[in-house]
Amino acid sequence: MNIELFFQYLVAGVTYGTIYAIVAIGFNIIYNTTGIINFAQGEFVMLGGMTAVTLHAFLPLPIAILSAVMITMVIGALIEITFIRWLISPSVLRMIIITIGISILVREIALHIWGAGVKALPYFSGTAVSAISIGDVHISPQVLWVIGVSAVMVICLNLFFTYTLPGRQMRACSANRDAARLCGINAKNMVTLSFVLSAGIGALAGCVVSPITYVQYDGGTALAIKGFTVAILGGLGNSMAAVAAGLLLGILESFSIWVMPTAYKDVISISILLLILFVRPSGLFGSKEAAQLKEF
Amino acid sequence: MLRIKNLDAGYGKLKVLRRISMHVSAGEIVTIIGANGAGKTTLLGAISGLLRNRTGEILFEKKVIQHLSPEKIVFMGCSLVPEGRQVFSTMSVKENLLLGAYVQHRRDRRHDAHQDLDRMYSLFPRLREREQQLAGTLSGGEQQMLAIARALMAKPKLIMMDEPSMGLAPLIVRDIFAIIRKLREEGNTVLLVEQNAKVALGIADRGYVIETGRIILQGQADDLLSNRDVQRAYLGRDLDAEVKLS
Ligand SMILES: Nc1ncnc2c1ncn2[C@@H]1O[C@H](COP(=O)(O)OP(=O)(O)OP(=O)(O)O)[C@@H](O)[C@H]1O
Ligand SMILES: [Mg+2]
Repeated sequence: MNIELFFQYLVAGVTYGTIYAIVAIGFNIIYNTTGIINFAQGEFVMLGGMTAVTLHAFLPLPIAILSAVMITMVIGALIEITFIRWLISPSVLRMIIITIGISILVREIALHIWGAGVKALPYFSGTAVSAISIGDVHISPQVLWVIGVSAVMVICLNLFFTYTLPGRQMRACSANRDAARLCGINAKNMVTLSFVLSAGIGALAGCVVSPITYVQYDGGTALAIKGFTVAILGGLGNSMAAVAAGLLLGILESFSIWVMPTAYKDVISISILLLILFVRPSGLFGSKEAAQLKEF
Repeated sequence: MLRIKNLDAGYGKLKVLRRISMHVSAGEIVTIIGANGAGKTTLLGAISGLLRNRTGEILFEKKVIQHLSPEKIVFMGCSLVPEGRQVFSTMSVKENLLLGAYVQHRRDRRHDAHQDLDRMYSLFPRLREREQQLAGTLSGGEQQMLAIARALMAKPKLIMMDEPSMGLAPLIVRDIFAIIRKLREEGNTVLLVEQNAKVALGIADRGYVIETGRIILQGQADDLLSNRDVQRAYLGRDLDAEVKLS
């Protein structure tokens, strides 16, 4: 493999890896406040992309994206309020079944509204063929959009959790729910907020990536599996590790094309998932201490 | 300030508390003593709203609170320092304290928070030294101090403490009880649950003795201290043996 090809693969890997990381962070946010693994996380990404495409028919791109993100956040809140909020200490299995149910429901509704066709937003800057060239390596500007927007999201989330009152309250709920309630924090609202946040970042990721990967009503499922793999790989609940794990998986997948047929690409993530679950369930970056002192 | 009438509480089908009636007046230190599993934690859970499975009447400042959520009850001025410290271990000492002040924030007294923080640091100087440390890495005694300080940040009218001396060295227990006494001098009301009956009755005005979910004795702390049954059961004095020896 020559060096240009190497970088081309690397860039593709980083792009996909970033999206996996964002989906994984969505998993982590909800997991941290509730202990729930929300298997409908991928659907937020799909909803964001789809809604933005529809709105873009009559709205300028930035406004369409912004509205799509808002709408998905509202949907996230509604999902939590209708399906999760009223449950009194449900078992993990029950929660898994409920969130899988939600994901199927959302997918079917999306099929009904948008049909089975493949859609995409236009490239944010330039066109599908425009490229920024660094030496012989050509990078689509959209790739920079994906990486840039994701990086900003991760930084903003970090600031949110470290310095704002609701961010601290969410962390308090994940550290000790009863103690948080004894501080006067409404734990149920924090759960709703975690769904809203996850929906928002998922939707935004869905928008920026759609010109490259396209969106389809059932696109969320594959993403959810990848995102879940990454979340487990990094150690559930640990969002910074999710970024590293996401990039790792993206790059691995990307280079796998080079050694085996493209059709086997998804095998990688499933194998990693199984391997990690068997060998090191606390994740690559998870240690026993980290599991005790869990931090975003 | 707090009045409980015929309170029954439990977990699922298990009834733990039966017909508990008691009260705490403003400015008092009242202690509840009892053996392991007597239902002390359950009682505080029922008052604070964490335990929903309860019947009877709980009045705080003449208002019925047994249907309210813990958030609302804290907001009214009734705070609990839960058993076993329960600090936010992944957060710094300062963040723990600021979260404790959230109630004040909701009362639109957010500007007092820094003053309150200083007050806590002068009450517990060790916390100031460890301001940025993660609460989970504090020693047991420091965590207990943090838990108390966090509850005090809400400026409660009544502070309930569940076994603040549990698992702590005598020296630290002494510190903590000195602080409880100081709190009362500043005009706070304290409901103190303890297994360490001697020390608790030593600083309390009144006490209740609870056994298998029932109040079996109540009275002035001094009277309880000199009560033979209390001495035998909770103060570890074997009176019969003493009689024989003498
Ligand atoms: N979450 C729970 N579910 C079921 N039963 C419980 C629960 N918590 C406590 N119990 C039971 O209720 C009874 C009273 O427990 P509680 O914790 O109130 O005792 P306690 O007086 O605080 O004891 P200790 O001094 O050991 O803290 C015990 O028999 C205990 O087994
Ligand atoms: Mg107890």
